[in-house]
Amino acid sequence: MGPDTDTARFAEMAMPHFDAAYNLARWLTRDPADASDVVQEAMLRALRFFGSFRGGGSAKSWLLAIVRNTAIDWMRANRPSQIAPPPADDGDPLENIADQGDDPEAALIRASNRQQLDRLIADLPPEFRECLVLRELEELSYKEIAAVTGVPLGTVMSRLSRARLLLQRALVRENAQ
Amino acid sequence: MTQTIDHAEAKQLMQASLDGELDAMTQLRFDAHMAACPRCSADYASLKALSAAIRAQATRYTAPAELRAALAKALPIDAAEPSKPSNVVPFHRRWLGPAGAGFAVGAALAASLAIMIDTHSADDMLAAGIVTAHVRALQPGHLTDVQVSDQHQVKPWFDGKIDFAPAVKELSDQGFDLVGGRLDYIDGQEAAVIVYRRKLHMIDLFVTHTRHGGGHPDSLPAAHATPSGYNVVRWSDNGQDYWAISDLNRNELGDFAKAWLGR
Repeated sequence: MGPDTDTARFAEMAMPHFDAAYNLARWLTRDPADASDVVQEAMLRALRFFGSFRGGGSAKSWLLAIVRNTAIDWMRANRPSQIAPPPADDGDPLENIADQGDDPEAALIRASNRQQLDRLIADLPPEFRECLVLRELEELSYKEIAAVTGVPLGTVMSRLSRARLLLQRALVRENAQ
Repeated sequence: MTQTIDHAEAKQLMQASLDGELDAMTQLRFDAHMAACPRCSADYASLKALSAAIRAQATRYTAPAELRAALAKALPIDAAEPSKPSNVVPFHRRWLGPAGAGFAVGAALAASLAIMIDTHSADDMLAAGIVTAHVRALQPGHLTDVQVSDQHQVKPWFDGKIDFAPAVKELSDQGFDLVGGRLDYIDGQEAAVIVYRRKLHMIDLFVTHTRHGGGHPDSLPAAHATPSGYNVVRWSDNGQDYWAISDLNRNELGDFAKAWLGR
């Protein structure tokens, strides 16, 4: 199989997920120019590694895993101050959600707007943010998120829970004022 | 199914239920607890509200057109000439090779959706055909042959066009608006397609003569993802096979099947 065919096959595989790639890079870097750089580098890496993609698992997770790793390398090299150690796990977040109230809480959450949500999601620690974006915006399954982020399924679930808990609290706090 | 779950377990399952990650039996047990427990169901309502707010409002960034164009131009060149290991230098320059070797993004997109389906079994073949038909229908102007929002207009339209009468159900009170219908041809047989909409997501419901037999299904059908990223849920009912396909998430597509089956 010649390089042209490979490239065509790669394009067929990758292009449907190009916006997803950009979206993830944009959320991880929190900057449009940085996101463009990351996506370009990720696509080059993806093309280089395309030979190792055998169609097992979804093409989207395969591509997003490369975007994610590229973004982390890129942030380490160019934005080291933004790389924080993973937040300590302070117990089971599910324990805390339950005691926060009833329907008024749902109403406060529904009172959110785009700008507020974008800001609060961008403020989440990166490990939580990436799980939330992959789940809610890219609609990946837990298994796919585990494949993209390279962490066990249980960690995906607990990070997702914590991301949601932090967002819930912040929204309730801000919108109750 | 007889075993009930308690608060602690319900809390543990809440996120997985929200994300459509529970198996059918556990989901049913979870639903039973929610129905009986106001506190848990209020918590679950908050969690659902959060997820809905994020999905409806948080920004899904799309790749800038320049970036897309640059990629289209750069790919074939870089394929012939593997790039150096990555470093911190901005990458823009590498992309500005000679023009002319681009590829058709639209064609590539459509082709990939069909190609990536695994074609091992008859069902997979059918799924592949349905994905292709769904994608074809999503092209401008191809979605519906009869465009209405009322089951009494859609159902008669199929009369005389196909040799079976697909059930057309009104589900707008459950958030699935009837958009219209069309005819399609899937894996060698005629199919009626009933088109619904959930917010911005189109759902194509393909109906064909059954090849599985059976009456009303005993278990709730579960939605699953196709390799191309569309979600599919299938069931048989009353001598007909149903395939619902959409870019809607699996949870909501599962809700569609439940709504259709009246549960």
